Amino acid sequence: MPKRTDIETILVIGSGPIIIGQAAEFDYAGTQACLSLKEEGYRVILINSNPATIMTDTQIADKVYLEPISLEFVSRILRKERPDAILPTLGGQTGLNMAIELDNSGILEELGIEILGTKLDAIHKAEDRDLFRNLMYELGAPVPESDIIHNLDEARSFVKKIGYPVIVRPAFTLGGTGGGICHNDQELEEIVASGLKYSPVTQCLLEKSIAGFKEIEYEVMRDSIDNAIVVCNMENFDPVGIHTGDSIVVAPSQTLSDREYQMLRNISLDIIRALKIEGGCNVQLALDPYSFNYYVIEVNPRVSRSSALASKATGYPIAKLAAKIAVGLTLDEIINPVTGSTYADFEPALDYIVAKIPRWPFDKFESAKRNLGTQMKATGEVMALGRTFEEAILKAVRSLETGHSHIELKHPEDNSDTWVEKRIRKAGDERLFFIGEAMRRGVSIEKIHEWSQIDLWFLNKLQNIINMETTLAQNVNNADILRQAKRMGFADKKIAEIWNTTAKEVYDYRKAQNIIPVYKMVDTCAAEFESTTPYFYGTYEEENESIVTEKQSVIVLGSGPIRIGQGVEFDYATVHSVWAIQEAGYEAIIINSNPETVSTDFSISDKLYFEPLTIEDVMHIIDLEKPIGVVVQFGGQTAINLADKLAANGVKILGTSLEDIDRAENRDKFEQALHQLGIPQPAGETAVSTDEALKIGKKLGFPVLVRPSYVLGGRAMEIVYNEEELKHYMENAVEASPDHPVLVDRYLTGQEIEVDAISDGENVLIPGIMEHIERAGVHSGDSISVYPPQKLTEQQKATLVDYTTRLAKGLNIIGLMNIQYVLSKGEIFVIEVNPRSSRTVPFLSKITNIPMANIATKAILGQSIVDQGYETGLAKEQKGVFVKVPVFSFAKLRRVDITLGPEMKSTGEVMGKDATFEKALYKGFVAAGMEIKTHGTVLFTVSDKDKEEAIALAKRFNTVGYRIMATEGTAKAFAEAGVHADVVGKIGAKEKTLLEVIQNGEAQLVVNTLTKGKQPARDGFRIRRESVENGVPCLTSLDTAEAMLEVIESMTFTAEEMPKAEVFH
Amino acid sequence: MKKRQLILEDGTVFNGYAFGSERASQGEVVFTTGMTGYQETLSDPSFYGQIVTFTYPLIGNYGINRDDFESISPAIRGMVCRELAKEPSNFRSDLSLHDYLVSQDIPGIEGIDTRKLTRIIRSKGAVKAMLTAADEEANIDEIAAILQATPLIANHVKEVSPKAAYPSPGRGKRVVLIDFGMKHGILRELNKRDCDVLVVPYNTSAEQILAWHPDGIMLSNGPGDPADVTEGIETIRNLIGKVPIFGICLGHQLFALASGAKSFKLPFGHRGANHPVKDLRTGRTELTSQNHGYAIDEKSLEGTDLEVTHVALNDGTIEGLRHKKYPIFTVQYHPEASPGPEDSNHLFDEFIELMEIEAKEGKQHA
Repeated sequence: MPKRTDIETILVIGSGPIIIGQAAEFDYAGTQACLSLKEEGYRVILINSNPATIMTDTQIADKVYLEPISLEFVSRILRKERPDAILPTLGGQTGLNMAIELDNSGILEELGIEILGTKLDAIHKAEDRDLFRNLMYELGAPVPESDIIHNLDEARSFVKKIGYPVIVRPAFTLGGTGGGICHNDQELEEIVASGLKYSPVTQCLLEKSIAGFKEIEYEVMRDSIDNAIVVCNMENFDPVGIHTGDSIVVAPSQTLSDREYQMLRNISLDIIRALKIEGGCNVQLALDPYSFNYYVIEVNPRVSRSSALASKATGYPIAKLAAKIAVGLTLDEIINPVTGSTYADFEPALDYIVAKIPRWPFDKFESAKRNLGTQMKATGEVMALGRTFEEAILKAVRSLETGHSHIELKHPEDNSDTWVEKRIRKAGDERLFFIGEAMRRGVSIEKIHEWSQIDLWFLNKLQNIINMETTLAQNVNNADILRQAKRMGFADKKIAEIWNTTAKEVYDYRKAQNIIPVYKMVDTCAAEFESTTPYFYGTYEEENESIVTEKQSVIVLGSGPIRIGQGVEFDYATVHSVWAIQEAGYEAIIINSNPETVSTDFSISDKLYFEPLTIEDVMHIIDLEKPIGVVVQFGGQTAINLADKLAANGVKILGTSLEDIDRAENRDKFEQALHQLGIPQPAGETAVSTDEALKIGKKLGFPVLVRPSYVLGGRAMEIVYNEEELKHYMENAVEASPDHPVLVDRYLTGQEIEVDAISDGENVLIPGIMEHIERAGVHSGDSISVYPPQKLTEQQKATLVDYTTRLAKGLNIIGLMNIQYVLSKGEIFVIEVNPRSSRTVPFLSKITNIPMANIATKAILGQSIVDQGYETGLAKEQKGVFVKVPVFSFAKLRRVDITLGPEMKSTGEVMGKDATFEKALYKGFVAAGMEIKTHGTVLFTVSDKDKEEAIALAKRFNTVGYRIMATEGTAKAFAEAGVHADVVGKIGAKEKTLLEVIQNGEAQLVVNTLTKGKQPARDGFRIRRESVENGVPCLTSLDTAEAMLEVIESMTFTAEEMPKAEVFH
Repeated sequence: MKKRQLILEDGTVFNGYAFGSERASQGEVVFTTGMTGYQETLSDPSFYGQIVTFTYPLIGNYGINRDDFESISPAIRGMVCRELAKEPSNFRSDLSLHDYLVSQDIPGIEGIDTRKLTRIIRSKGAVKAMLTAADEEANIDEIAAILQATPLIANHVKEVSPKAAYPSPGRGKRVVLIDFGMKHGILRELNKRDCDVLVVPYNTSAEQILAWHPDGIMLSNGPGDPADVTEGIETIRNLIGKVPIFGICLGHQLFALASGAKSFKLPFGHRGANHPVKDLRTGRTELTSQNHGYAIDEKSLEGTDLEVTHVALNDGTIEGLRHKKYPIFTVQYHPEASPGPEDSNHLFDEFIELMEIEAKEGKQHA
């Protein structure tokens, strides 16, 4: 069927900020969808609040609204733009929920706007547990015994009927937020309460646990004339019980016979047909390993994380085609973009195996529960392709960038046999490594199967890897064995370890023996048809299919898996760099390992290598492609960290040289450079031992800021207030050594300022200066950022421009740089210089209209900033105010302290823009999911050092009509200053405690500042967690509280009594 | 592990490891893209005389079970894959693929670049090849010369068709199933619909068939060049117009030839479980399981009573035919699936329906 001509304008709803469970995959999906609709000639309007995305670039849609995805703002845009239709199925759960809200509000009917893709009724049938079960009964599809419950009593009576364990699945939530498996009454109470809280309809599904079943997923597509296909099926390495987003997943399924495969395929197609979805859909199934019994677990009536994975795993662009189907095209008339000669109406055939491993944030959140369950905790994922399972899984492991190059624990000797067993029985992030360790200790695969229920097929393959370790050890320098090990995916680093040599030696020996990888094409059809897709993976086979062209090429290193501190912003810059390289007339080649991103869409670059970002894997590609150089400054710390090893291999690093990168990153050299340039920095020194650190601390005076050198996202960065804390930090948080020095700096309180700049070696362009709301000490990624600066004087700005320019020139920056300053007592200090692209590049590029990554790339390739048509110095300030507000995923991470500090904790960001600071900030807060109420109750519980400041805030809250509650000490201080506060009891008190106040929803806002220490046992921690669990905004910085207050004040009329008239007699 | 080579007629050599039988074997090397269903594939008689390459690299994962055979003994000459599973895992698995192939005396090779081989087959078409005996030192040039000199085998059907008729009783429609190398799936589908099936050899005459008073005739799949099967074509010619007929794969081709059309050899055939076929009457597409090296030439339909009902979406070749006057329809693909998608399973229902209609009203104009 031809595309529809009765619609012209389509509004696409994006997915908003990156949070756990809804990440970069929706930037990929949304970008594809918008471009795909434009390609068909529609006018596309996009709304998304996330500035760090490619999809919010103005060339992706005809009109881009960077506004909050809330009923208020989307309605306003609908009224203004009057689109014919909206497409919500590519914006994750946010998009779907928005569509439902819009429909409920009546605006769609009023304006005659149609919903494309999946009809609302289908969304309800898939998402509402009751309707879903009814549909499954109609289709004769088995679902686990379950019951919809609305309160704890209903939950208890269900459990009485079917017994433990049961799974709690809250309705209409994302990534299983609030859900979990309950084995006893206590867990039931806890998890049901949290599930009901998080479900917008206060509804949970209680389900018989089928933990241990195989978990299988089908990615299916359907068009308006009922053609339906399976794009890909996937099998979870981890059996049912762990959220699929937290599971190791392989594609295609490995342990299913054709009958099992077809049985599950049939029901998946029945479901998508029954729901009449026009587009993509994800069906999750549980299959009994001992019979043909199966259950349908869940259906996502939209493009999902799994569909992004399926797209990258097969080459089949699901989102792009889903958009075309939404406007009426049918699968049989859309050309398969991969082959260019066959149609989209087919099922991809793979001739490789794909492994996906999630990337969890537990390295940052030490106190978090590392157990995995039905609630997703991963922030990102990596994917690897290989011709054997062993190859795919080992490539995936070293793509994680967690310091593992093999399936092994970092300190195996620290783990007792019982502990190893425990960590295999109860799945956590390192289960794969514990399994490797158990095998090395001689535990049989049958035993491991009994502990973990992981299919023997997978365990056998892992055993092959462990056996190969022994074979290698017995055959040092044996080329045949080496070849076998490489075909199994072993890293040179691991082989070197076994052979007691260096990775470089292994590499050189391999090259001499001609044991080098070839690159195979991902073509959707297992080579049945000729294809031209420039999408490759490396493997040890005979025939290489990646043909090197005559054209000069440049390799761009991507940023690997999304993690806290290195998010989608770096993919944004990577993609822009690729485009700039192409514009400059070179072939742009990208290497990356993240399936969720735009950069790994094969249509972005001239060639995509889906490979781990390790020196070995990258060098292989360089050996083949012989590029003129490699660009490392856009791929975050991942790429920067490879720079020295690449240079050591004789590879040209384009842009800022390795020595200059080092001058910015190496503490001592940096200090020297600053000294030469005459730019002040907070006093500080480098320590390589605890004693040394204590000495430095004493010299500088507490508090001091401590952190390991070469870190990203402030990992393990802390402010310590005394010697004892410093000692604890040195002994527990870091391992200081001459190779890994620890930086100890004086901690300066003051206003933090961030500047991004581009330099071509001679001229420096500063697109803008950003001011942080939270004072120094809160990680820049967790601070609210404001452009243009609201508080700086012209003189201060001039100083910043001067310092920035001198730093850029002094450090010989060519390309991008990012500088953090602190303004303390009227003086400006440099805190940090990053000789690379930063988190703020997309934000600043978008608001200033200066395509920073593009200009920087061209500067790197030799075109001066002036030749590119830009003036140097500080760019003219834009009208209006723009704020960047961080977004956290604390609800997903139990036991993580939400206090803001030097270590970054946010997973994403939103932008708010408007004519005034308050309006922009209002939008920022709303877009970040915080409801701003003009009246209500604010609960204060602050540390002594903050009481002064808190009093001023409490007064202002009171003035706008807020009721104040406070714990005894705080209330007393308030009363002394003339501010009345209702006293609530501390934890454990007899009277109503603050925990109850939070649980009962009696406070709309909590302001809590850190007392001391980070031990979770403390009351403050419980207060903060309680707020998170109950969805009450909890502000841990008085600066954020004040900013919110300013917004509230701007929204409120004062309620002041008339001044008493003087009475004259 | 013992070594083995796969030698192509042009002298290309693949060095890998032996599994299954240790003997040497020779045949046309073809590839199939299905990712599951190796047990069904290797027991599909349509692969008679061929060395089958699996493009999916990991084969044997779920072992061999007693249920999923499509014939009593496999007709393939050899098997090629990237990696053979040594330890299969599935609740139905009775033995490993290796053990099974040993028991059937079929050689296999693993550890080779099957994608390279696939690309060679894709560009060269029919490629004759030799699997050497395990650990044998082969003279490549000599083997290549032998391969070049050996014609592709003909008259496959004779080898895989049963020697005598046998019944598979039921209480429903009486169907005579002409077995040109039938996959069990076809019989299973008819049995499922309670048909009273009589399976007969490929060279059974029309007279004999009609003497059993069938309600319908089923023409099975089978291996090789349809033009070789002259007796079958003759039988079908004499059945047209007498009773409803449903043909699958080779059965479809034979019906077309019997109606005056011509067949041709496809460059590298359709083998796999992901082939889209468009039904020209509904405009809808179904994913089908296919295994054929020949197809019917569309131009040759001119002047016949045949009408195209289905085409392959990707290369436009004929996938389904209907007789303009009589209740006869045939498809090039496998509605019985096994292995592959079951989207077209309804064709068996349509066949039953056709026989029912014929029973009610058809007789009057017969």
